[in-house]
This record gives sequence, C-alpha cells and structure tokens, in this order.
Amino acid sequence: MSGTAMRDVWGTKLVELGDADPRTVVLDGDLGNSTKADKFAKAHPDRFFQMGIAEQNLVGAAAGLAATGFVPWTSSFTVFFTHRALDPIRMLVAQSHANVKIVGSYSGLLIGAVGKTHLDVQDLAIMRAMPDMTVLAPADEAELRSMMDWAQAFDGPVYFRLVRDAVPDLFGADYVFVPGAIQVVNDGGPDPAVVFVSTGGQTARVVEAANQLAESGIAATVIHAPSLKPFDAEGLVAAVGGTPLVVTVEEHTVAGGLGGLVAETLASAGAGAGARVVRFGLDDVWGESASNEFLLEKHGLSADRVAERTAALLDREPATQGTSR
Amino acid sequence: MRKLVTTVSDPAGVEVRDLPGLARRARWEVVKTVTTNKAGHIGGPLSMMDILVSLYFRELRIRVEEPDWVDRDWFVLSKGHAAIGLYAVLALRGFLPIEELATFDKGDSRLQGHPDVTRLPGLDASTGSLGQGLSLGVGMALGARLAGRDSHTFVLMGDGEIQEGMVWEAVQAAARYKLANLTAIVDRNGLQQFGLPSTAETTLTDRGDRRDPWYGVDLSAVFQAFGWRVIEIDGHDYDQIAAAFALARSGDPAGRPTVLLAHTVKGKGLSLAEGVHTWHSIVPSAEDFERARQELEPEEIELLDSYAVTSVNSGNGAQA
Repeated sequence: MSGTAMRDVWGTKLVELGDADPRTVVLDGDLGNSTKADKFAKAHPDRFFQMGIAEQNLVGAAAGLAATGFVPWTSSFTVFFTHRALDPIRMLVAQSHANVKIVGSYSGLLIGAVGKTHLDVQDLAIMRAMPDMTVLAPADEAELRSMMDWAQAFDGPVYFRLVRDAVPDLFGADYVFVPGAIQVVNDGGPDPAVVFVSTGGQTARVVEAANQLAESGIAATVIHAPSLKPFDAEGLVAAVGGTPLVVTVEEHTVAGGLGGLVAETLASAGAGAGARVVRFGLDDVWGESASNEFLLEKHGLSADRVAERTAALLDREPATQGTSR
Repeated sequence: MRKLVTTVSDPAGVEVRDLPGLARRARWEVVKTVTTNKAGHIGGPLSMMDILVSLYFRELRIRVEEPDWVDRDWFVLSKGHAAIGLYAVLALRGFLPIEELATFDKGDSRLQGHPDVTRLPGLDASTGSLGQGLSLGVGMALGARLAGRDSHTFVLMGDGEIQEGMVWEAVQAAARYKLANLTAIVDRNGLQQFGLPSTAETTLTDRGDRRDPWYGVDLSAVFQAFGWRVIEIDGHDYDQIAAAFALARSGDPAGRPTVLLAHTVKGKGLSLAEGVHTWHSIVPSAEDFERARQELEPEEIELLDSYAVTSVNSGNGAQA
C-alpha cells in the first residue's frame, strides 16, 4: 500500500500548482481540513476562499473567478457538488465552458462510516451525462498528480472523483495521464476467461481479485478507465476482443456509471459476438454508515468477493478453493 | 413621426446621448421581435430597460471593439428570461447588427432565448435558471480584486428571482468578503408570473398564492441586516439611476457591497402592458401591436407579414 491518502496527495499537489501558476485559486465549502484543501490555504492564503456551507454559491463564484482569468479548484464532498450544486455546475460551468475544476472528495463507498446522506454513488452517471464535462477517476497517486497537471493546463470544465483513503500504487512516478486512454493494468494473456473494467480506487482491488483468480488458473485481464469522458471506445473494443465475459467493477450504482459506459460501448460496437457484460456495483440501493470492510463485503466489491463472484459466473469453484483451469 | 433616435454607431463620437430615446427604441425592438418571432418576454425587459440603457450607454466601462477586454466592468443579467431586452441594448450599442434581432430564439442563433456566453461576444454570463447570477458576480468581484483591477461588477436580478435560495448564499459571501466592487440591482417591479400586487382587500381573502413576490417582507431591511448598503431608487428616473451608480462605483466606506432596490413598473413604456402581469410573456395581438407601434416606433414604418388575432401567452414563461 502507498502510505499516502488520496486527499493528502490532492492537497499537496494543489500547493505545487499554486506555487507554479499564480492563476490557481481554491474555493472551499467548509471542509478543507477533511479534503486537505487546507494545505493550500496555509501555503497561499490570498488565493484561498472559504465560501462556507453554501455549495451552489461556491460553484458560481468559481465560475466568476474563471471568467476573470483564474483557474479555480473546488473543495467539498462529492455529494454536495453533484447533487446539491448540480444546477450551477450544469449552467455556469459546463454550459458556459468555464475553466473550473470540480473536485469531489470522499467519493464512492469508503468515506469514513458517515452513511447514505454523505455517500455519492451516482456521481459518475450524473457527470457523464453532462455535455462539455470531462470526467476523471484516478486509481493512484501518480495518476492523480498527472491528471492535475493536465487539468491545470486544460482550459475547460473537469470533474474529479477522488477517494478519501490511501490506495496501492499501480503506476510509476513517470506515469503520464492521457485523456480517454484506457490502461491495461493486468494482462490476462491472449485468451483470458474474463476482462475486468474498473475505475478509480476500485481498480487496485480488481487487480488483487485477478491475482486470486490466476492462482485458480483463471486468466483475467484488468482494464483501468481513468477517464470516463472522454473515453477510448475503440481501445476498449479491441482490448475485449473475443472474450466471452466482461465484468465492470465500481463503487457506484450499476446504472449509468462505468458499467453503463462499457455496456453501451460494447453494444454499440456490436462487439464480442455475444460477450456478456456483468456489472458489479450497488444494485439500485442506498449505502449506509458502516466500516469500509463491511460495505465492500456487503456490495460484493472486496477483492475476495469480486474473485468469488467472477468464478461463479464462469461456473468455476471460488478462487479460494484452489481449483485449476 | 417620431424623431430619429441616436443609435451610437460610433460611441466615442457621441458625447450627449438621448437615453430616454434609446430606451424607447430598445423597447420597440423588444416588442417588435417578440411579436414577430412569437417568442420571448415583454414585461420584464421593459421594466429594466432604463437601468440597462443607463448601464450600457453611460456607466459600464466596456469596449465594443474588444468585448473580452480584461479590465472591463462586468455585467450579469441574472434574470436571463429578459434576454431580448439585453440583446436590443447590445445591438444599439454596436455589439451586434440590429437586424440580427430577427434571429432571436431561432435555431443556430447567437441570440438564444436565454443568454449563452459561448455564442455571443459581449455577454459575460449564461443565465436563465434563476438565482445564479449574483454568485458569478461574487467570483468576478473577487477575481478583479485579486488581480488588482479596479473594474466593477453589476448584477441585475428580478424581484421574483431573488426568492431562490442560492441568491442568499451569494449575499452572505459578498458581505463577508466586503465586496465593495460589487453592485446588485433588483428590478423591483412587484410582479411575477403568478404574483400580483396585493391590496388590503385581497389579502383578506386570498391564501397568499397571488401576491407580490416579497409581500410581508421588508426587503431593504433584509439586505441591510445581511451587511449590504441599500439604495432605493425609481428605476425609471435617469438622474436617480446615475446618482446611484456613481455612489455604488465610489465604494462604500465600510466596504459593504451595494444593492440598488430599483422600483420599476413591469411593462414600462407600453401603456397597455404597464403593471399587467399577463404581459410577463405574451405575444401581442395585431391590435395591441399597432398601439405599441404608435407609442414606441421610431422613424421607419415596418409591416409584419402576419398578425395574431388575439394576444396569447408565448409559452416562454416557465423561467425558474
């Protein structure tokens, strides 16, 4: 495991962007000590704005700052942006093509046992359906840092889905983010039994699941999609090839997020000649306040459960039973 | 025949402008465009017109030839459903050809039913979902201050519009950051799509469904309590408007943002529309249009191809 929580990576990198580019400003919704935007407040107090518990105004003010030439980064929990402040994001940021970086901290299921009021498991579906919005979900520290460099240089709206805690390193420090590109993070060889597609912090658990399946003789390719929009549809179709089973895995409802994207893409391409797409995620239910382990287990998203469910789909014994292919 | 109105094709060359004449001309363009295109709003654009003309022909530091000039003043028409009023003024000011008003609300037009900042140079904001403009203004004022520019930001809102909660988020933030370089203007015409001025008599029997948007509320006291400097004016009196803008631009000694509560008449300038809530969004009948022509039309005579038999709602009223 990397020792650095993703929110700390974000806060630290934000300070670096502020050091390098005086256009960088940060607007916080009274959560900077959780999201770690407080690092920026300390380093660049003149360019930090505490907008209080008023996320709609936060987004609108960010758009106003962007209009006057600054590069605003926003800080709050994901759910307060994609649900409470959705209308100003839609109109003042996306429709206006404003140079605002909407950063949803505490995305997905693992946000510290605070319950369904604060869990956001619809954000990818919502933001992906929004024209003019770039939708990013980094898997590790190197990817997040590279994405932030890219977003700072890009003149337009970007949405970040950030998880709260530390995640294992998947990429080296020399990783360069390319919008839309998918990453093969586990190669299941020329004829895998299953192709996994995952995104964000969940990808590391899927790689672990693939390793478990390999021990059982089940070859699995794992594709990481750091960018849901833009998205390399042709790359996905090529990577899936003739594999009969595609499993999407995300800390998100199975409707409209990554699973929706992959199903739409493969169906539209007429790909796979009957490839089955199975979506792992939340099955149209709300979350609850519980430990990370409990939530991953309950919704079948832990590495063990992903391996076990996939083996079942392949009509094989659970990976932990050590059956061979 | 009315006298020719100054249209200011060369702004630098015109020192003394006939502001009431320009406003009358802009009102005529609004009524004509809405009638011809059978789309848009009339009441709201007419109530704010004297303020808008004062802004664009006297107050705002802007460059027609360089709409993106970074040191300019900023203007947000937060009540975006009054877009046709802004387009008419921008056209008279030289940002677009007056003939282009005919494309209003049509496919591929730069003149969308609500302002689209990505389509028309000279616009500073996309608006239409009500209650969002003041937040943009807060950001613009913060940005100007941070960049060390002395540009001023003006945000024009409807009195119905400021029922939206997001407005009050912005009101708080502006006071807290002492944005003396921000001026809000409330077009206080007292009417909204479903709201009428109340009388002592009607309030005895109605349930509150059809009342002035701020019935029972002292709006001036509310803004003052929120830490704003409040200036109440007659929104059709050019001297009062000018004095208020001068005061606003000079900045409050205490650093408070300024709000102009501009008392206006919805439909102002068109006698049959004044104070009549049904003129919020309406396509005038042939008879009404002829009356408007007599009151507002400048030198040229124009004939429309077809007239509606009766004035009908344009269907553009669902603004929130």
